[in-house]
Amino acid sequence: MRIPFPFSAIVGQDEMKRAILLTAVDPTIGGVLILGHRGTAKSTAVRALPALLPPMSVVDGCRYGCDPKSPTSRLCADCQAHLHAGEKLRAHKAPVPVVDLPLGATEDRVVGALDLERALTRGEKAYEPGLLARANRGYLYVDEINLLEDHLVDLLLDVAATGENVVEREGISVRHPARFVLVGSGNPEEGDLRPQLLDRFGLSVEVTTTTDLDQRVEVIKRRDAYDRDPEGFAAQWAEADAEARRHVERARKRVDTLPVPDAVLRMAAQLCAAVGTDGVRGELALLRGARALAAYDGARQVTAQHLRVIAPSALRHRLRRNVLDEVGSTTRVTRAVTDLLGD
Amino acid sequence: MEETVASPLDARTQTELAAALLAIDPVGFGGAVVRAPRGDIAESWLTMVRSLLVEGTPVARLPISIPDDRLLGGLDLAMTLATGRPVAERGLLARTDGGVLVLPCAERASDALIARLTSVLDTHRTAPRGPFAGEPAPARVAIIALDEGDGVDEHTAAALTDRLAFHLTLSTGIGTEGVLFTDADVRAARARLPQVTISDPRITTLTTVALAFGIDSLRAVSFAVRVARGAAALDGRNTVSNDDCQVAAALVLGPRATRLPASGDATAEPEPPPPPANPTDAESERDELPSPEELQALEDLMIQAMQATLPIGLTIEAPSQRSRSGGSSGRSGDDRAGGIRGRQVGTRRGDPRGGGRLDLLETLRAAAPWQRLRPPIAGQEGRVLVRVRPDDFRIRRLVEPAGTTAIFVVDASGSAALHRMAEAKGAVELLLAEAYSRRDEVGLIAFRGSAAEVLLPPTRAIAAAKRALAALPGGGGTPLASAIDRARELVGQARRTGNDTVVVFLTDARANIARDGSPGRPQAEADAVASAHALRGLGGTTVLIDTSPRPSETAQRMAEAMGARYIALPRTDAQGIHAAVAAAMPRATT
Repeated sequence: MRIPFPFSAIVGQDEMKRAILLTAVDPTIGGVLILGHRGTAKSTAVRALPALLPPMSVVDGCRYGCDPKSPTSRLCADCQAHLHAGEKLRAHKAPVPVVDLPLGATEDRVVGALDLERALTRGEKAYEPGLLARANRGYLYVDEINLLEDHLVDLLLDVAATGENVVEREGISVRHPARFVLVGSGNPEEGDLRPQLLDRFGLSVEVTTTTDLDQRVEVIKRRDAYDRDPEGFAAQWAEADAEARRHVERARKRVDTLPVPDAVLRMAAQLCAAVGTDGVRGELALLRGARALAAYDGARQVTAQHLRVIAPSALRHRLRRNVLDEVGSTTRVTRAVTDLLGD
Repeated sequence: MEETVASPLDARTQTELAAALLAIDPVGFGGAVVRAPRGDIAESWLTMVRSLLVEGTPVARLPISIPDDRLLGGLDLAMTLATGRPVAERGLLARTDGGVLVLPCAERASDALIARLTSVLDTHRTAPRGPFAGEPAPARVAIIALDEGDGVDEHTAAALTDRLAFHLTLSTGIGTEGVLFTDADVRAARARLPQVTISDPRITTLTTVALAFGIDSLRAVSFAVRVARGAAALDGRNTVSNDDCQVAAALVLGPRATRLPASGDATAEPEPPPPPANPTDAESERDELPSPEELQALEDLMIQAMQATLPIGLTIEAPSQRSRSGGSSGRSGDDRAGGIRGRQVGTRRGDPRGGGRLDLLETLRAAAPWQRLRPPIAGQEGRVLVRVRPDDFRIRRLVEPAGTTAIFVVDASGSAALHRMAEAKGAVELLLAEAYSRRDEVGLIAFRGSAAEVLLPPTRAIAAAKRALAALPGGGGTPLASAIDRARELVGQARRTGNDTVVVFLTDARANIARDGSPGRPQAEADAVASAHALRGLGGTTVLIDTSPRPSETAQRMAEAMGARYIALPRTDAQGIHAAVAAAMPRATT
């Protein structure tokens, strides 16, 4: 298997890297949507993710990668059965899964389906888990999500929101935990996502190819070094990636207890009202994003500054789009932030 | 190896260089996309590549209709059934590990196949389907995409071509024997490649030139660096010279250019500071830091080398149009009916490995009558409940709800043109804004002067639409026949993807330019009527919005000839057009 290009060696694209790191700190932020042109390190960043994520503890032999420490109700049916039978769940360390969902994948493939082989050769009705099962507790990555069938995107977001995959088909009735962070990427020039779907991503980032010559040269130099000697290059950046991983680990421990002052809560609500986002999703994403950012920065509490930094990512995709209005969403969010919080 | 590379590289040299470089490190270069007017021309290039590859390198063809199980690996259904135990089948990708896959008719490959290929190029491995299909297997492959499309309406998906170093356009036969490189040269270069280094200023120059030509993707520049290193290795050197950068410019950057350097751009200065007398020779064996003058000279050399490989029409085409040549819009690989999604309309005999969904009940029903006639499998007596043969498989026939393609044909001639265009743009954007929930697409044709022009090929992307509609001149004659003909072409394309069509004309229908571009009202009208009849023959919905100050008989006659609904809308406005079109649109069955 190919050694992935190290996350820390990606030049620029700070907003994208930050959004991805924050989902590692707090997976409940919701998915990340990355929109941008080709060759802007979208795939590279996602494929480099595993190195940043501390390995997780997984029940031996569990098809859904259950966490032995999670409450019984959150375990899959198999693990619950083991517990009821009075067995102890043995566990091992495994890397956090980052699962690719290719375009054109059928619903069967995604949610799982009847295990044909066993049905036909042994006459047994058994369930063959799909990609959602593999992605449990990890990441599900859909490149070119804007070209994915709408009903599949719907399904993914539903499952991501409830944390559970319910399969009722071909005489199979299965439910299993499927908690994952959905990362979608795409080129907006090739098709848009429906606004209803956009709204359900926690964060969105717009990546552009930098036109800064020095930065571009640096990208190419690193890429050349990586191409010539992937192992050596990865080793060179291993310490930086490990540092980022420790950072994520520390932030994870802090994030749940980090206080959010009332003033900041009010600001978040005002900000959402000012840009006119419907529903509470925007506010939630804004607060969770700000809190994860504060935790990552090692701050004692969430401040207006954290809101300011995270606001474009948390809100820009929720703005009601007026097609005849030329002002970009990012600009509208930034303006609202400036109006509210000052420069 | 003493061939000095002529500048600019001639077509023959480029072709052979690309073959030799690809053969040095197929996996590292990702592969090539080869455009050729005839299949045999591309084949002869393939033969050349094959003769230069390491002996024993697997080379396999990858038919675009390949089912997932065959591509990625999966359960061998026939063997499994015959033996009564799971038999895994390795996929084509895993079997071609370390080798080259040839993808014919690449422009027709479905989005799904492209996604699998880009993923394998990124990760170098493949995960088979199903739990019994085995472990993820290494799949380090190069892909040679043979593109037989016309390059305008049909082209290989940009997601794939971006990941292939070489973009070749072959126009004439090249024979199968290379004359410049032998397999011994390639072998020596392969051994040398890891030691070849490139100086920072040269990397900077490659990056600068790419930027000046509007090549945004950094993968392209990365490939250019790789190709430069490969060229040095092929020439038996350990450091990249200016010649090598020229090779990279011609083979990698030229075909990817999206614009010519802007005037005033440093790179485009026609007169660089005094160029060294003969930089090509002087530079190549030294690797001391080149002076700014020398770098400027290198840029110019590279730009010169690129001239031959720039995309045709680059000089006249707006950059915005070229850069959108990515989408799936031009390809027609996805059939809407008989697919793997949508609602079921029945079953048919078929192989579920092709991606179809098995209808288990119907399969068992088909197998049932034969049970007594089918002998039990040796050793499996009594264990197998139902003996199912591949012939029994029934897969679901599914129909995807079709969308609608709305094609606006806007008269940009005469004085009212600007106003009409502005309102038509408004209507296009309004329609697009609500096209999310359906699979609707919107396209725009404008006609003025001597011919009609497709301004916006059918799309559902607002970003692309806005750019295409940004600026448009008006005035001049009224080439109505040409406009109707272009509309017919777009209708034909939309139909091939399974969409219904609505064609909306915004015009006063006063044709005065004949189909051949010559002025004259009688001939122009006769041509327009003939084209209108042909359009009517295609069926579908057509609307003619009469924009003349008073409802005109000419427009009514034209509407009749087209089989169009006639709407008089003298005060054209975006909302009015939008309402009229929305009313005429057949609702999609979502």
